[in-house]
Amino acid sequence: MTELTLGRVTADRDRLLRLLQQYGVYAGVVVLLLANTVFTPHFLSAENFRTQAVQVAPVLIVALGMALAIGSEGVDLSVGSVMALSTSLISLYLGYGPWIAALAAVIGGIVVGCANGALIAFVGVQPIVATLALMVAGRGLALVLLPQLKDVRDPGMAALGSGDVLGVPYLVLIAAALALVVAFVVRRTTFGRQLLAIGDSRPAARLAGLPVRRVLIIVYVCSGALAAIAGVLATARLTASDPTSLGTLMELSAITAVVVGGTPLSGGRVRIGGTVAGAVLIQLLTTTLIKHDLPPSWTQIAQAVVIVLAVYAARERGKR
Amino acid sequence: MTTDVQDTGKAAPSVNPPDEEPPGASRSERLSTLAQQHGALVTLVVAMVAASLSFDTFLTGDNLENMAVSSAFLAVVALGMTFVIITGGIDLSVGSLFALGGVLAAWGSRYGTAVALLLPLAVCGLIGLVNGVLIARSRLAPFIVTLAAMLGARGLMLAVTDEGSQTYLVDKDTFFATLGQGRLLGIGVPVWITVALFVLGAVVLRRTRFGQYVYAVGGNEDAAALMGAPVARTKIAVYTLSGLCAGLAGALNAAWLVSGVTILGSGMELEAISAVVIGGTLLTGGSGFISGSLVGVLLLKVIQNVINQIGSLDSAYQQVVSGAFLAVVVIAQTWLGRRRRVL
Repeated sequence: MTELTLGRVTADRDRLLRLLQQYGVYAGVVVLLLANTVFTPHFLSAENFRTQAVQVAPVLIVALGMALAIGSEGVDLSVGSVMALSTSLISLYLGYGPWIAALAAVIGGIVVGCANGALIAFVGVQPIVATLALMVAGRGLALVLLPQLKDVRDPGMAALGSGDVLGVPYLVLIAAALALVVAFVVRRTTFGRQLLAIGDSRPAARLAGLPVRRVLIIVYVCSGALAAIAGVLATARLTASDPTSLGTLMELSAITAVVVGGTPLSGGRVRIGGTVAGAVLIQLLTTTLIKHDLPPSWTQIAQAVVIVLAVYAARERGKR
Repeated sequence: MTTDVQDTGKAAPSVNPPDEEPPGASRSERLSTLAQQHGALVTLVVAMVAASLSFDTFLTGDNLENMAVSSAFLAVVALGMTFVIITGGIDLSVGSLFALGGVLAAWGSRYGTAVALLLPLAVCGLIGLVNGVLIARSRLAPFIVTLAAMLGARGLMLAVTDEGSQTYLVDKDTFFATLGQGRLLGIGVPVWITVALFVLGAVVLRRTRFGQYVYAVGGNEDAAALMGAPVARTKIAVYTLSGLCAGLAGALNAAWLVSGVTILGSGMELEAISAVVIGGTLLTGGSGFISGSLVGVLLLKVIQNVINQIGSLDSAYQQVVSGAFLAVVVIAQTWLGRRRRVL
């Protein structure tokens, strides 16, 4: 049809969109940083950077697990409820010490992840429905265990939430360490390769003899465990357990971070660096709008536009 | 599986409407089909009988009326969702559109009933249309497009209501308020509207060309396109329809509450999807029916009602039971579906 005449133009447009998809998120972060440096008073302070980083840490940790789930051509909607469940378990087991409580919370996340994984891998339920069921039930369970907000008075927890090493908060260190671990797992381990192969084409992976079910279960266990860790950290930072509101809409923030970071929803690719930048981008965007006294409704609309742009760029890449 | 090729009158090759079994179907095959399609109805009847035996207050007029009216709004949302899910898609924006529709209706009610109804329908229908165009023409994933629409619509709703601090009221004496509060033959008007919409929806889905296209697109998009079905237009239509349904449900709800409450609708998309799935519509697309979604909605509401009646149980158990129930249903459906394929 018009391919001959438009060949060059489409190729250029294609390259542009590919660049946009791969590096757009980093460019967005840089632009927002520069713009804020110029236009926002008191933006360039260590204190402000600390605040931003501490706020983004739990979202980032959840997004790491979400990136694995999306890379396997799935999704995990239960992450917000897992955070709520984890905060309830902390309150329940705090009497045995903060470590035991945190361990109980992570075990709770792993159990939810096992249930997700079993439904998806063995029963063959679509990820969106399986994790939806666990999302509803998980939030309910969290509220059954701890019906209302409760203060967490524990020096260990408080130290975890507000302590730092050389000025870098523990929360940020933990998030960074987890991001490095997940990036290593995705790029350098057999499990990572298997995960990407399954996300690319599950039938092909099965025919190639990959342990599809085992890998899928591990993916959702990782996602559950990471969400639980995020729940522990959020509880430590707030020094309170609030199973009603902790983690609500977290699945959306995490999916946004992953998608904006250039991981395609069709699976087979995981971009951890992009996910980190995606989480930071959303955080910066929110801060920028709030610091300039724009109402929260704008933040949501802006976030919606960013998501659509990100998937639109990813689409062109996928079609090639 | 090749026994019924003489059935050329059907627009969709991959569709076996529930009442037309292939002639070679064995008894157990028929049983699993039946269980998959009518399991929800049987469960609903059992649950209602058990509830009325256990609680004196369950089978009273007030309680039934309450359940019917509170089911009506979710049911209208689930109606649109059923069309979307049969095409193999999903619409996560309905909860936000429900809230937006309610707020717009309450705001518009001061200019008369027509504005109160048309404004939410126009705005929510337009957002649904945009969803459909992005999904069908730009080939973006329904999940992510409607997710963005969910955020965008909620943002829009907050912008309209001064960040959620403004609650518009509906004048009780207007005709619009009657649509929510009025009664006809002792039954609330929203219930009548819902029943009428479901009858209409069932006719459209089963007896019109558009309905057959919906099944065909969900059954196999490529095959549908090769047969000449307007795939993109059908998809755009179902997402627009879902937006319209959500907006209308929101408007009716606002009329019922006589105010545009801004905190409603979060999590509603999940309830609607649960209801549709429980009603026997497969998320893989190409198969499902309208009446099942109504049964699914009623079943969810009966579960909620029973848990409310057990006063000692916290309302959080509602969620645990609903979630567990959804899991059981999808496990059963997958199992039954697999059985049918093997046999």
